[in-house]
Amino acid sequence: MAARRRAATRGTFPGWLLPLALILPELVVVGLFFLYPAARVVEDSVTASNAFGLSSRFVGLANFRALFSGGDELHSLEVTALFVGVTTLVAMALGLFLAVQVEQLGRSRVLFRTLFVWPYAVPAAIGGTLWLFLFEPGIGPGARLLADLGVRWNFALHGPQAMVLVMAIFVWQQVGYNLLFYLAALQGVPSEFQEAAQVDGAGKLRTFWRVVFPLLGPTTFFLLVMDLLAGLFGSFAVVDLVTQGGPAGATSFLVYQLYRDGFVNSNANLAAAETIVLLVIAGVLTVFQFRFLNRRVHYR
Amino acid sequence: MRPTRGATSTLGRGARLGAVTLLALLFLVPLYVAVVAATHPASAFLRGVPVLPGGDLLANGRQVLVRGLPGTPSVPRMLLNSALMAASVTLGKLLIAVPAAFAIGFFRFPGRRLVFWLIFVTLMLPIEVTFFPTYQVSVQLGLFNNFGGLVVPLLASATAVFLFRQVFAAFPLDLVDAARLDGAGPLRFLAEVALPMARPTLAAVAVIEFVYGWNQYLWPLVITSSPSNATIVMGIREQIAAAESFAVPQWNLVMLVALLALIPPVVVVVAMQRWFVRGLVFQAR
Amino acid sequence: MPAIAMEGLTKVYPTGQRALDALDLEVKEGEFLVLVGPSGCGKTTALRLVAGLEEPTGGVLRIGDRDVTHLPPKDRDVAMVFQHYALYPHMTIEANMAFPLRTRRLPKAAVRAKVLEVARLLDLEPVLGRKPAQLSGGQRQRVAMGRAIVREPAVFLMDEPLSNLDAKLRVQMRAELLRLQRRLGTATLYVTHDQVEAMTMGDRVAVLRGGVLQQCDTPHALYQRPANLFVAGFLGTPAMNLFRAQLAEDGQRLRLGSQQLPLPPEVLATRPALAPYRGRTVAVGIRPEHLALGATGAPATLRAEVALVEALGAEQLVHFTLDAPAQPVEDRAGRPGEEPAPLRLEQTGATGTARVGPDEAVRVGSTVEFGLDPATLQFFDPEGGQALWA
Repeated sequence: MAARRRAATRGTFPGWLLPLALILPELVVVGLFFLYPAARVVEDSVTASNAFGLSSRFVGLANFRALFSGGDELHSLEVTALFVGVTTLVAMALGLFLAVQVEQLGRSRVLFRTLFVWPYAVPAAIGGTLWLFLFEPGIGPGARLLADLGVRWNFALHGPQAMVLVMAIFVWQQVGYNLLFYLAALQGVPSEFQEAAQVDGAGKLRTFWRVVFPLLGPTTFFLLVMDLLAGLFGSFAVVDLVTQGGPAGATSFLVYQLYRDGFVNSNANLAAAETIVLLVIAGVLTVFQFRFLNRRVHYR
Repeated sequence: MRPTRGATSTLGRGARLGAVTLLALLFLVPLYVAVVAATHPASAFLRGVPVLPGGDLLANGRQVLVRGLPGTPSVPRMLLNSALMAASVTLGKLLIAVPAAFAIGFFRFPGRRLVFWLIFVTLMLPIEVTFFPTYQVSVQLGLFNNFGGLVVPLLASATAVFLFRQVFAAFPLDLVDAARLDGAGPLRFLAEVALPMARPTLAAVAVIEFVYGWNQYLWPLVITSSPSNATIVMGIREQIAAAESFAVPQWNLVMLVALLALIPPVVVVVAMQRWFVRGLVFQAR
Repeated sequence: MPAIAMEGLTKVYPTGQRALDALDLEVKEGEFLVLVGPSGCGKTTALRLVAGLEEPTGGVLRIGDRDVTHLPPKDRDVAMVFQHYALYPHMTIEANMAFPLRTRRLPKAAVRAKVLEVARLLDLEPVLGRKPAQLSGGQRQRVAMGRAIVREPAVFLMDEPLSNLDAKLRVQMRAELLRLQRRLGTATLYVTHDQVEAMTMGDRVAVLRGGVLQQCDTPHALYQRPANLFVAGFLGTPAMNLFRAQLAEDGQRLRLGSQQLPLPPEVLATRPALAPYRGRTVAVGIRPEHLALGATGAPATLRAEVALVEALGAEQLVHFTLDAPAQPVEDRAGRPGEEPAPLRLEQTGATGTARVGPDEAVRVGSTVEFGLDPATLQFFDPEGGQALWA
């Protein structure tokens, strides 16, 4: 009661000029390079410019209509959804599985954490390069192994092969991140919970799904959003290096399609519409995440 | 020794260790193959990549660092650019994020909530989301193909502010009041109390921002055009193209460049793992 | 000249909440004054206003002969001890104690000498090199004191500084803190919600409620002559028994439910304010220690049914019910660990408590007769709550 009322000024310095001055640089940078561009892109998305960008006219939702009816762009949405859905699921499942195993390894936990986390630090483009060599038809050890197994491996020709390869690279990088969070969360689960369940006669597997996993709920939720965002935006470098969106658009995910439309095809308006789509998806996920963070973080 | 906790599997300890070790080795395969490739002449791959590393590392190194692949920017130059870019992003972000988080955490000023939201909408949104309009604005601001363009737009990311805000919010409320009575103004409090207390976060943010800056691919690709501004991560694309133009693709050289490009962020993360993990995990709190 | 003078000090928060309403209060030179009241009564607001951590909405604040109403905290010559100590966790004890001196740009040698002197006084010398986390609760409390003392301020402000200690240490630190204050002779404004702490420590105690000062006097005077129902109910453990009673037309008898208590003439004679209440309802207060068991020859007796007996060793608390109506008191709680209604048994009437000797045999469910002296009764207006004395 009293505490809440007091909270207004308790633990703060008076004045408003200094804090505004302190926050200004951050605000200017965010304003110039995020907020203003994001606002401008709204304008671009509802106009059409001529080839030289000298004049533009209002076209309503035509760019969006093109986006959702044009073959390439719609296809891009589909493969993006497939890619993001599968990688998120696999990376989270594998991360959780490994975290549970590593958590029980006692002193070697840090060693194994390192062994799974390091790929997360590798620049995505470089990770893509390593895998590109690994699965380069005719040369890479991975490609040769697959050929020996009777697979007609050539991801430059087979769409599904390209998709699987890009997914594998992404999962390889993302698992460590998920493991990190699950490991930290598992260490925060009081062992009494599991002991109590075991005293009640529940098996180990049952105990995990019924007792431990629900306690990891917040972490699972957080990772779900983070992995979805990473899949949406983090795939650009890998796609650009390994498949260039191909073959036949099989791996032309939204961010890559946007890059093609904006920088290769120079269609700024279509790129703007695609940016809006990305912004909306990311925005929804962010709001989701924030509602959740705010519930748990009581900020002052 | 900790008591074993509830488990998903009924595997014994030995089996568990074996399975996890196997997976860890599998994760290492791409790195190992790169090391092997970087230590052999390119011709060695025609009959498949050898199993063990060879002795050509120095020769390959000389080739990559001194002569370079035809038509590509100098590798030392790109490494230097990457290092400068990562260091500048780290330093720049710390310089603007700490005061911003400090203002949000320890003052009540008009528009504080608005400012808070304006900054934090960017939290989950990497530059890839708005890279196209951000590119357009950056070009208008004269940031095309120069060092400023490589660094400044990347500073529009709220992760650092958010992490600092989290630590500041966890401070005991009375600390500021005590400092005010002790005669310390806001800036003295920042320098002598808030920052020293936030040291682990400082380290975490430094690691995160360094890796963020070093690992950029798309942004340097679109905002630079001349070889003198290329970074090692974006430069790998041209390295691959140049290597493949040989009759015998020079994968050994590409792998060596890739190793040079991944060593700094991996070493930083592994060496500073404790702070990196703490910084990351704090995000979910 | 008082050390602190609050004149009409008022604080209204932007939400419209009137946290402090025209407080007039003086802390004399060298005095230990305790501000007490239930949570939300404005005591902490008053303290923070004196410290300069909040801006008053109205009124004047003087420290010594200076008007400090609008001065920042550092220029007020006050030092504060916080409830959670607010020690700087990353600094050593020495650095913590030196901090307020360093901000005043004192020469290093002088700072060190002063810190050592105070550390010696507080027996903190051996731990000067440690960090706060390595200290016990009692030691941390002393460091917080030390940080206040090094500055030799004109006034100490203390915000429930003992509430984080365990019960035993708290009693010990009370004495230690008082001894220290006496030795330094520095005027102290001390805030607590614990009425026992207030009564045992304060030279004078100011009781606040809802932002309004109820009474400020010595603990003895507060206990003997509470100014109103709130103060009467707030101070004392167990609390004063309060009932509604009818004062007879002739002022010679008091009807409590079905019982009549004779009132000797001097009761009315010493309480002129009571005269107008003849033939009307009054609130009557009886301290638990004024009810005696088996005291034959007491001037008056009160029959009651025993509901519960608590044997405390040196004494027994007899909780009883009476068929008289209870006198409602708002905000009667405010003591730690005590809920608004101390004891709710089957409500046949008002409940009360008596403090009797350890060897009295009292059976739950039995009816007992308490002896009491009507001169010890306290009378209040049943609506306004003011004490009916002069």
